Amino acid sequence: MRASVGAALGAALLLAPAAPAAAEPPPIVRPADAAKLSPRELGPELYAANCARCHGGDGAGLLPGEGDGAGPPLLGAGAQAADFYLRTGYMPLGDPSDQPVRSRVRFREHEIRALVDYVAGLGSGGPGVPRVDAAAGSVSDGLELFTEHCAGCHQVVAEGGVVTSVRVPPLDKATPTQVAEAVRIGPYVMPAFSEEDISDDELASIVAYVQYAKHPDDAGGWGIDQLGPFPEGMVTWLIGAVALIGVCLVIGKRLEKP
Amino acid sequence: MRRDPLQEPIRFLDERAGAAPLLRKALRYLFPDHWSFLLGEVALYAFVVLVGTGIYLALFFEPSLADTVYNGAYAPLQGRTMSEAYRSALDLSFEVDAGLLMRQTHHWAADVFVAAIVLHLLRIFFTGAYRKPRELTYLVGLTMLMAALLEGYLGYSLVDDLLSGMGLAIGYSVGLSVPVVGGDLGLLIWGAPFPGDPAFQSRMYIAHVLLLPALIAGLIGLHLALVASRHHTQFRRLGAQTERRLVGVPTFPGQAPRSLGLMFAVAALLFALGGLVQINPIWLWGPYELALGTNGAQPDWYLGWLIGALRLVPGFDVTIGDYTLIANPFWGGVLLPGIVFAVLFALPWLERRFTGDHATHNLLDRPRDAPGRTAFGFAFLSWVFMIFVAGSADRVTVFFGIDYASQIWFYRFAVWVVPVLVFFAARRLCRELQRAEQIERSQEEAEAEGRLVGR
Amino acid sequence: MKLRQWIVALFALLRLRRRRPPSDEPGRLVEAGPPAPRGELAVIALLVLAALAAALFVVFYGIGASTQALGGALAGALGLIAAALIVAGKLLVVDEELPGHYPEPDPSEQESVGRIVAESGSRITRKRLLGAAAGTAGGALGAALIAPAVSLGPVFDPSPLYDTPWRRGRRLVDSSGEPLLATSIATGTFYTAFPQGAAKSLLGAPVVVVRLPEDELELPPERVTWAPDGILAFSKVCTHAGCAIALYRTPKFEPVQPRPALVCPCHYSAFEPATGGQVLFGPAGRPLPQLPLAIDAGGALIAAGGYSGAVGPSWSGVRDEPPS
Repeated sequence: MRASVGAALGAALLLAPAAPAAAEPPPIVRPADAAKLSPRELGPELYAANCARCHGGDGAGLLPGEGDGAGPPLLGAGAQAADFYLRTGYMPLGDPSDQPVRSRVRFREHEIRALVDYVAGLGSGGPGVPRVDAAAGSVSDGLELFTEHCAGCHQVVAEGGVVTSVRVPPLDKATPTQVAEAVRIGPYVMPAFSEEDISDDELASIVAYVQYAKHPDDAGGWGIDQLGPFPEGMVTWLIGAVALIGVCLVIGKRLEKP
Repeated sequence: MRRDPLQEPIRFLDERAGAAPLLRKALRYLFPDHWSFLLGEVALYAFVVLVGTGIYLALFFEPSLADTVYNGAYAPLQGRTMSEAYRSALDLSFEVDAGLLMRQTHHWAADVFVAAIVLHLLRIFFTGAYRKPRELTYLVGLTMLMAALLEGYLGYSLVDDLLSGMGLAIGYSVGLSVPVVGGDLGLLIWGAPFPGDPAFQSRMYIAHVLLLPALIAGLIGLHLALVASRHHTQFRRLGAQTERRLVGVPTFPGQAPRSLGLMFAVAALLFALGGLVQINPIWLWGPYELALGTNGAQPDWYLGWLIGALRLVPGFDVTIGDYTLIANPFWGGVLLPGIVFAVLFALPWLERRFTGDHATHNLLDRPRDAPGRTAFGFAFLSWVFMIFVAGSADRVTVFFGIDYASQIWFYRFAVWVVPVLVFFAARRLCRELQRAEQIERSQEEAEAEGRLVGR
Repeated sequence: MKLRQWIVALFALLRLRRRRPPSDEPGRLVEAGPPAPRGELAVIALLVLAALAAALFVVFYGIGASTQALGGALAGALGLIAAALIVAGKLLVVDEELPGHYPEPDPSEQESVGRIVAESGSRITRKRLLGAAAGTAGGALGAALIAPAVSLGPVFDPSPLYDTPWRRGRRLVDSSGEPLLATSIATGTFYTAFPQGAAKSLLGAPVVVVRLPEDELELPPERVTWAPDGILAFSKVCTHAGCAIALYRTPKFEPVQPRPALVCPCHYSAFEPATGGQVLFGPAGRPLPQLPLAIDAGGALIAAGGYSGAVGPSWSGVRDEPPS
């Protein structure tokens, strides 16, 4: 008995280092006179206090060892990238080698706008925030395109998945704009799809499909997350087998003590 | 006395078919009344629902891989090219009234069918019911389990959706991985390299709707005949049972309402699931194409142990020069199920060898009364279960963020370590339970003696 | 005196003639039990409700109600009948627990069967030879009956396993049939392509195309010309178990992010395009076959030859030279 308890603890300890040790990003540093600054002045101040640590002064980028952290250059990244990373909470990122994940947005709305404008002006500028009209897209085209380009990582109903060895997020919280931005940017290790690869019309269809996938047609009843055999097996055992064993217990007799 | 109206048909049957003696015996056959004996019946009734709903589905399903363009009620697939098989399954789901209910009930029944067989097998194992004289009954049961696994796999693969199509590719690779003859075997069954000749769909269809159901039905008959012939085993309770004497409830009037009630309860549960809980929403997966894949693709639960094994085995083929002797999927797809079923089939004889017990057993052991067998059973089960759980590591990554590769390494070790720990823990537990009972019994004896002596 | 005797006798007679409890009645095959009117009412009520539920199912079916309504009604009907039967079993049926006997094997019958078979052979003098002849005939007939199974597939000719539709000069096209131009292949993304004019569902047909900066390529020496402009093409069918390699992991910031890899969603085998498809992780036992590329006069991508190895999952001859 003792041996098995000890083994269980040992197993838990083995797993612990494998659990995500995502570093908490440092708290947002705001300039003391932030209230007096115009958006054009606020942007660079916020950038210098919170982003330059990894992305370098003026967005030049930093390689590991060159500075405090490390991060890609933002020259030419454009409003599109800044808007995406800030509004999803991907940035700021505590440890540059961590995977950015959707988190609580720490900047305030006007701060995000200031930063986006600032990054948009870095280098020779870059793509702006895309305007998406999901209503103009076709869900059926979107299903076909999503299956071909996206389902391998994100799962066919956008429930997320794994790419060795990265966690691919589900898209239930992604806004249409964020979907469009992500498709064009390819955040973290996601491939980026330009207008040549996926046209704006096709993108609208993909966005329409992702919206649909948040509440797909569950004609069959309780959708159990549309994940397929995995939750179905759990229902088989935790509901089906339990209920049937219960019926057997009602119908039959139990063993009395000899 | 007024003549009972039932006598007429009974007389008719007996004069023409000699039915009365058999009926008399059958009506008063004695059943054990412990609840765990009903698990096998649950499987049987799940099979009945499978056949009933299956017949209904077969009246609508089109087992052809010919291309067609979808023009039905489900808008997101409008205009999409797909096989007739997939299209007919969509029509069953959206155009045929009660079609989706039948499809889902059929699929739930398949999942529950195998679960019930496994529960029944666990009862058989942990009580030692497979011992002489019931070895043949047991072997027939195991054969039915194998047939049920294949039957389920073929059933959901017929639909030609993205998920099951990926599963068929894996089945093909397992076939190819058989040493020496795998390539020929794959070509024989599929008719051509994957995705295979269109005739492969016909082969799956006929196996699923005719060959395997007929086999299972026949084996059920044989299984029940053998059970009745040697009579059910019994738990030792009431003090009345021995290896020669049994106590039970007669089929009629006692057992019949209970068994019939169970049948309706099983059917009720399956139709409840079929109507209320979605299963295999094929319209969400889309049709299968060789160049398409989706993350999170899994087989039905009873094949989960195989996907776990396929994911755990490190990446190597066994080669001799340029000759590939053992392709990687062999270990998880052929050897693992081979070992598991070989051990299960050999169990009665393994037990005889290990315990030296060749006697006839009509009385059952409680699991604690056979610590060696119980401990082995738990250990073996935990080995398979750890492999099974490893197959869900990717969803654990999505839900809990735990790194996938780390999980795989953890399971590669845990799969061997945990069963050993479980073996010793289970054996210890059985012995402790036995000891506790012994102490209680000797205390009661002491008290009884005390009373006799008189205070 | 006589009257008293008569009264006593009458009493005695009455007591003897009192109704014996049914279980003492001689000649009963099934024990009798007391009536249970409440139980009967319960069963009747359950059955009536079941009938209503079943009728409700028919109504739902007629009006085209949802799967949930249909399932609920039918499950209700079945469940209520189940409840009726279970209640009947507990309350309306006698709880008999009867003794019985396990069957004993009959050694004399076993012996008789053996003797019948043995004694029937009284006219046979060449038992062994007859047995061998019968066995040979049976075996040969069995083989003859099984032989047509060979028609199921090209069992003795594994060459189809090596076939692919790619030839030198064949163009790469996308899923709608448009040729892939080298200039439209960007880094940091992936494309699926097929051989022009061939069926898309052949195992060797689909390829995944990616582009890497040429200084990141580490291809084996014999393949240095296979990636014009850093464009690489690999079979999209995983060498482990045949699923489509539909995942591409491509870092935006190489120093801290995992390197580019093509990954399979079934068992997570990862292949590295930079080194020509070597296995980075997972159960795949063979690298991903690479298709040599060239750019034709019109700027379109074409195959410059066949794959570097056989496509799809491994079998015994997968590493052999394909038969010519």
